[in-house]
Amino acid sequence: MEVPETFYALVEDTCRDLYIRSLKEIPPDVVDAIRRAAARETKEVAKRIFAAYLESIELGRGRDMIVCQDTGIPIYWVGIGSRLRLDGARLADAIRRGTERATREHPLRSSIVSPLTRENRQTSTGEGIPIIHFNFVPDAATLDVLFMPKGSGSENMSSLKMLVPADGVNGIKRFVLEQVVGAGAKPCPPTIVGIGIGGSSDLCMALAKRATARPLGSPNPDPQFAALEVELFDAINQTGIGPQGLGGDTTALAVHIEAAWTHITCNPVAVNLQCWRAERRRATLSADGKVEFGF
Amino acid sequence: MASFQFNTPLTEADVRQLTIGDCVTLDGVVFGIRDASLMRMLDKGVPCPVDLRGAALLHTAPNVRKLPDGRYEPLCVGTTTSMRMDRFTEALLRDHGVRAILGKGGLSAKSAELMATYGAVYLSVTGGAAAGQTLQTEAIEQVFWEDLMPECLWQFRVKGMGPLTVGIDARGGNLQLDVQREAERKAAEILRKMGVA
Repeated sequence: MEVPETFYALVEDTCRDLYIRSLKEIPPDVVDAIRRAAARETKEVAKRIFAAYLESIELGRGRDMIVCQDTGIPIYWVGIGSRLRLDGARLADAIRRGTERATREHPLRSSIVSPLTRENRQTSTGEGIPIIHFNFVPDAATLDVLFMPKGSGSENMSSLKMLVPADGVNGIKRFVLEQVVGAGAKPCPPTIVGIGIGGSSDLCMALAKRATARPLGSPNPDPQFAALEVELFDAINQTGIGPQGLGGDTTALAVHIEAAWTHITCNPVAVNLQCWRAERRRATLSADGKVEFGF
Repeated sequence: MASFQFNTPLTEADVRQLTIGDCVTLDGVVFGIRDASLMRMLDKGVPCPVDLRGAALLHTAPNVRKLPDGRYEPLCVGTTTSMRMDRFTEALLRDHGVRAILGKGGLSAKSAELMATYGAVYLSVTGGAAAGQTLQTEAIEQVFWEDLMPECLWQFRVKGMGPLTVGIDARGGNLQLDVQREAERKAAEILRKMGVA
C-alpha cells in the first residue's frame, strides 16, 4: 500500500511526541519493577533512593514533568511493514525533523555536540544523529517506531570484548559481571543489563543496545540464552551495589541477551547498560493516519 | 545516620560534622557546573564570574525555557555522573574554597583525601529523579557563559534541596567506593560459585 503524502508529516509529529512523552512517562513494566524492588529493599539509604525514584516517576505522569534532565542520544528502531510502500529517505528526514521539533517546541535540552569542536546546534541532532535502525517486517501494513532517549551516565559504561572461542561461556559470564561491578554507581542503578553475544564487533554492540529496549524481564526465546539471563541476573543482584551505588538489594532490574552467530575464531560479548528509568516509547502508524502509542 | 539542614554558603564546621550515609537538605544558592564550564574555568584559566567560597556545586546541565525578558525558567534540573569531573576536585577545594560537590555516582579515593584535607563533602543527589529536584529549584538567578548552553555556569536558588546522601565525608569516608570495593570482593566469590574460576 502506497502511503499518502500526509504520512511523512504524521511520522514527524509522532516522533516529536515520542521524544517528549518518553521523558515524562516511564514505561509501566519499569515502574512495576521499581515498586517491587522498593518493597523488598532492606537498606535505609536504598529505601530513601527508591522513594525519590517513585516520586519523580509520579511527577512525570501526574504533573507533566521531565523525569530526568538527560534528554539522551535519540535512537529509533523503525520496523517497516512489507506491505507499505514509502520513500525511505523522506522517512528518515521526517524522523530527524520530529526530533528537532521536540527539542525546539517543548523545549528540551539538546544533548548532542560535535565530538571535536563540541558545537551544539541546540536541535538534539547532528552528523549521524538521530540514530535510526531500519528493519523490515513481513506481512505487516504498519510502521512501527520504537524510540529511546539514551542517557549518557549508562551509555558511558558500554563495553565490548572480543573474547576467543577458548574463553567459552565462562568468559562471557566473567566479563559481564566485571563490567557491572566496574560501572558501580555511575550508570544510575538498578540497571537493565543489555548483553550482545556473537556477530561482528559492531553487530555485537548493536545487539546489546537493542536488548536494553526489550520489555523488562521478557526472556530470550532461546532457552539456553534465557537460562544465561537468569544466571547473570541472580549473580549481579548478589553484588550489593544497589540504587545509586549506595548499597542495596537490587542492582539490576533485568538482564537481556540478544545474540547472533559469529565467526569460527570469534566469541564477542558486549555490555550496554540502561539506567533505572529505561525510557522508551513506541508508536504504530497506519497508512490511513491512525497512530497507536505504546511502550 | 543523622539528618542536617544547612543554608549556603557552607562553613568548614558545617561539613566537618557529616558522616557518610547522613541525610542533608540545602537552602540558598547552588551553582550548576560540569564538563564544559569546568574546562573553561580550570583548563583555560578563564576567571570564575562568581565567588565560590563556601559554595555548593551541582554537576548539572538543566532543561530550561528562555523567557521574553531574557531570564530562564527551570524545566528539569537534575544531576550527572560526577566521576567525569573528578580531576577538578583539587583546584575547586584548594583555590576556590568550595565546601560541597553535589552529583551522582561518587568521586575517587583521591577526591576523598582532598575533601578530608580541605574540609569538604560530596553529597549524592538521587540520579535520574530530577522531577523532584526541579520542584526544589525556586529560580535560576544568574547564568554565565551562555555560549556553552546547556553547560553554562548556573546560579540556582533552592529550597529544601534533598534528601542528599553524604557520599564522601571530610573524614576520609567514601560510601560509593566502599560499596564498589565490597561488590568486587563478592563478585570474585560469586564467580567461583558459578564455576567460573
